[in-house]
Amino acid sequence: MGKKTPLYDSHLKASAKMVDFAGWDMPIHYGSQLQEHHEVRQNAGVFDVSHMTIVDLHGTDTKKFLRYLVANNVDRLTDGKALYTCMLNENGGIIDDLIVYKMSDDFFRLIVNSGTHDKDLAWLNKQIKKFNVKLTERTDLAMLAIQGPKVKEKIPTLFTAETAKIQELKPFHAIETENYFLARTGYTGEDGFEIIIPAKKAAEWWQKILDAGIKPCGLGARDTLRLEAGLNLYGSDMTEEVTPLESNLTWTVAFEPKDRDFIGRTALEKQLQDGVKQKLVGLVLEAQGVLRNHQKVIVDGVGFGEITSGSFSPTLSKGIALARVPTATGAHCFVEMRGKKVPALVIKPPFVRQGKANFNNQKQTSSIT
Amino acid sequence: MNAIPKNLKYSKSHEWIRQDEDVITVGITDHAQCMLGELVYVELPEPESSLELGQECAVVESVKAAADVYCPISGEVVEINEAILENPQLVNDDPYGKGWLFRIRPFENDFKQLLNAEQYTKQVASEAH
Repeated sequence: MGKKTPLYDSHLKASAKMVDFAGWDMPIHYGSQLQEHHEVRQNAGVFDVSHMTIVDLHGTDTKKFLRYLVANNVDRLTDGKALYTCMLNENGGIIDDLIVYKMSDDFFRLIVNSGTHDKDLAWLNKQIKKFNVKLTERTDLAMLAIQGPKVKEKIPTLFTAETAKIQELKPFHAIETENYFLARTGYTGEDGFEIIIPAKKAAEWWQKILDAGIKPCGLGARDTLRLEAGLNLYGSDMTEEVTPLESNLTWTVAFEPKDRDFIGRTALEKQLQDGVKQKLVGLVLEAQGVLRNHQKVIVDGVGFGEITSGSFSPTLSKGIALARVPTATGAHCFVEMRGKKVPALVIKPPFVRQGKANFNNQKQTSSIT
Repeated sequence: MNAIPKNLKYSKSHEWIRQDEDVITVGITDHAQCMLGELVYVELPEPESSLELGQECAVVESVKAAADVYCPISGEVVEINEAILENPQLVNDDPYGKGWLFRIRPFENDFKQLLNAEQYTKQVASEAH
């Protein structure tokens, strides 16, 4: 038996099929992964993401610590704003990707992955020693992601008193009330919120959200939704063996100001100087079928690559994937599937934007970066 | 509990076989479709091709997994189920009916290595442990 979120019984009640995910018993679907996927693209769905690790940092050095710890620059944040970033080792390899919320100069909240919980906390505790920062892991909290184009319509039902404030909340901004912490963020490519609440109140909130007509969705749909949205998955698309520059995440690295020393900076600068040899791109299979992790990518005249996340896009009804390929890769490649070379289109993710294909206009470009 | 109709024969690799006069129909069992989850892609053998016993002759894929279908008896493919190419979920919804995969005319009437419903039920139960 694995670890259980506060919503374990709620999932069973909703007929979830439970699977092991990074040591947690989590719902993979509640009957139909495909229907749940479409529900989030077209209406609204709710995910239990309480397995993710919530870490609060308090103290006068908190900002200084994060300026050093992560590759993006927390100086960009005003109070109540969120930042997506990677935490790197000295070689520029990605230890984890995370969201940093700034609540004030001496209070930041981090959301890191569950699969990397132990090594993340070990790294944080190692790096924090030189700083006056207190780290608290918030195992007393639960987290739900409410996602989809119709979520906005549900705000008045779910958040009576604060409706106006939440309706005005901009993407990647967060607010905190005495009852919850709520951010306009997510991992599906749709509009929506992530809400952090006391574990004791989780089942009550879950029921309230279902009663508002929002369907429960499992980790299966969460994976196809994030892939369609071109969002990387730690452990598949990023590892300690690659840098953000090789992971379509150059935009998350703040090289300016030049005098900000962050872990991995020297290695990234050297990589830039030497030339980045590989890149993470999107593949759209030009035949029928499903792309799979670790399939070989063949780029004629250039070299080889590998699929890091392969699946089937329920929105497009096509095989799609993220793949790491040589930098010189152009607009076409082949994927080796069951011994056959099958053609695929190389695109810059996302695959789906606002519920529709996002790559048709890219077909003419001969090369993407 | 997944359905295992008494009137069918089964293979160890989770195909079902129905004998109608000189042609047999092949599909995957309810247990197999349930283990795979919702199918999104099916590849079927070429009509009129000859298949050997145990040959990989079709592929069924869900979002998470792909499985080969092994030919449960040697013969010639006389018909494939075009409907499941368009709508793979028919296999999930009706594995023993609308979700059949293909029909073959066997080269010989050799069904010895196939399991009956009772034997297949036992096999599924043993795999669960």
